[in-house]
Amino acid sequence: MSSDKLLSVENLAVEFDTYGGTVQAVRDVSFAVDAGETLAVVGESGCGKSVTVQSVMGLIPMPPGRITSGTAKLRGRNILGNPIVGGEDIRGAEIGMIFQDPMTSLNPTMNIGDQIAETLEVHRGFTAKQAFNRAVELLEMVRIPEAAKRAKQYPFEFSGGMLQRAMIATAIACEPAVLIADEPTTALDVTIQAQILDLMNDLKRDTNMAIILITHDLGVVARMADEVAVMYAGQIVEKGAVDDVFYRSAHPYTLGLRAAMPVNDREAEHRLTPIDGSPPDLFHPPKGCGYCARCPAAMKVCNDVVPPEFAMSDTTDHFSRCFLQHPESSAVRLDGLYRKEVSA
Amino acid sequence: MTPLVSIEHLVKYFDIGRDQRVHAVDDVSLTIYEGEIVGLVGESGSGKSTLGKTILGLHDKTSGTVKYGDEALPQHYRAADFQKYAARMQMIFQDPYSSLNPRMTVAEIIGEGLRLHSNANSTEIRERVAEWLRRVGLQPDHMSRYPHEFSGGQRQRIGIARALILEPEFVVCDEPISALDVSVQAQVVNLLDSIKKELGLTLLFIAHDLSMVRYVSDRMAVMYLGSLVEVGPANPVFFEPAHPYTQILTSSNPEPDPESERHRASTSITGEIPSPVNIPAGCRFADRCPKVMPQCRQETPKLKPLNGDADRQVACFLYD
Repeated sequence: MSSDKLLSVENLAVEFDTYGGTVQAVRDVSFAVDAGETLAVVGESGCGKSVTVQSVMGLIPMPPGRITSGTAKLRGRNILGNPIVGGEDIRGAEIGMIFQDPMTSLNPTMNIGDQIAETLEVHRGFTAKQAFNRAVELLEMVRIPEAAKRAKQYPFEFSGGMLQRAMIATAIACEPAVLIADEPTTALDVTIQAQILDLMNDLKRDTNMAIILITHDLGVVARMADEVAVMYAGQIVEKGAVDDVFYRSAHPYTLGLRAAMPVNDREAEHRLTPIDGSPPDLFHPPKGCGYCARCPAAMKVCNDVVPPEFAMSDTTDHFSRCFLQHPESSAVRLDGLYRKEVSA
Repeated sequence: MTPLVSIEHLVKYFDIGRDQRVHAVDDVSLTIYEGEIVGLVGESGSGKSTLGKTILGLHDKTSGTVKYGDEALPQHYRAADFQKYAARMQMIFQDPYSSLNPRMTVAEIIGEGLRLHSNANSTEIRERVAEWLRRVGLQPDHMSRYPHEFSGGQRQRIGIARALILEPEFVVCDEPISALDVSVQAQVVNLLDSIKKELGLTLLFIAHDLSMVRYVSDRMAVMYLGSLVEVGPANPVFFEPAHPYTQILTSSNPEPDPESERHRASTSITGEIPSPVNIPAGCRFADRCPKVMPQCRQETPKLKPLNGDADRQVACFLYD
């Protein structure tokens, strides 16, 4: 079913050899995204969300990294395991990427126009002049005023928001089918974040590209996503349409994340409910469910067996990797898990 | 309510040569009352951190006064002044990675304040450090470890213990949770909240996450390019913002609710915060303001009570 989607990743597993041992950063991750769709990947630092998309991009240095299993198909063609040198027909051309920190991701010794133009020279065989002219058009497209003048400036002359626009211009230069955005607005102020998110939505509408958006901000997810994948300890623990994941959350971790955030409702006088503890050590991933040690509803089975994907309905592809969704599990009410205490 | 920290016409300029100055804090007046949490919000570059540091004497004041109770704090802090005030006023820093000395153990980091500001001997200091480690949710046997052995959330707890071990009355928290994951943010916010209740602390809470500031604070102050544009109780400022800048901030703040996000009008404001070096005459927000009037470019609006309500102040000609 997912194989006819634009980009589908199946059973991806990635390890890294480090001095401390082997880290199993991504453990059996599958997802798919179609043209014109936005998939948000949410999770805490260290949950494997960046490694997942970097593997798809072919940006994992090997060694120390190692893709131990899985496929990533773009229009049916496997692109996983493309080497860093030689993978350029996909990376930058078919899949564009925006990185988190615009200040450190651009070359400080090259002007902005040349950095965008480089993509076009490498992938499209443009001459330097054609490429630079196109770069100016792209800067206009991402709404940088006085684009012709700005293209000759260097990164230090740009603000953080402008640099992020320049990076988006670079990423979309070759009209990629998929745009991967790794925490594109985390380093930016809310006002600038709103501008960048609007820009990404407009570009998606105009070019019908697919967007994979990595973020830890549930507000950004709510604003942008069609589909949401919640990651924890290297696995997708819940995935589905944005409304299913937000309004019919089926995994204790998803509920925990929501209970840990303030609600913008002046009547709701609640105390934030933190998730106690910290994520497991992926040098020695737990035998069972990764969230088990922090889960208020953990059962004996959770300790020993990795929960499979339990489908939440027959009509949607909403699933949860939680034994509470097992048909024979005793009916635990998930919404009471993180009861919001009324403050005194 | 008794005023604890009274800031009057505080100005902090930084000279950057060639007769140019950065107007980081420009004529800010704000009273912080005993036992309350004042949330300070604004974009980066609006002068929030500089204001916090200038109040504590980490920057010299260019002009203006800060009174602590009835006592005016010195214009320029000398070593003896830090000695005198540090036990009463403390700071929690933003980045738990760079604000702890990597070559000191946790016991040395947390105990340093006691060593400098009290007569406690080393056994007493160790006991107090152990007690505070427990209070912030760490183990006493973490004492002999170094900062790199801890996660970001744990480091922020060490920073909190270091600031609070002297049991100060007033603490400036400069973005204490921005570097942390969502689930850990809640841990740290709840910790600050319960310690605040125990010790009767007064906090200036600087952050850019509006939802979190509204949740944490009693009152909110909104800063733009060095000056305050709106001050008032947290809920009204968040839900019924008066100043056009506050309106834009709150409407840019995405909510974790897909349904309301779908119905959100595209609100993004054009332009970015201008340079604080050569500030034009008139209202500082005029160039980005959707409701700008000719008057805004000539005169500078002052903070005035909104609709005669002294608690709620706004600096905008729309409400004159």
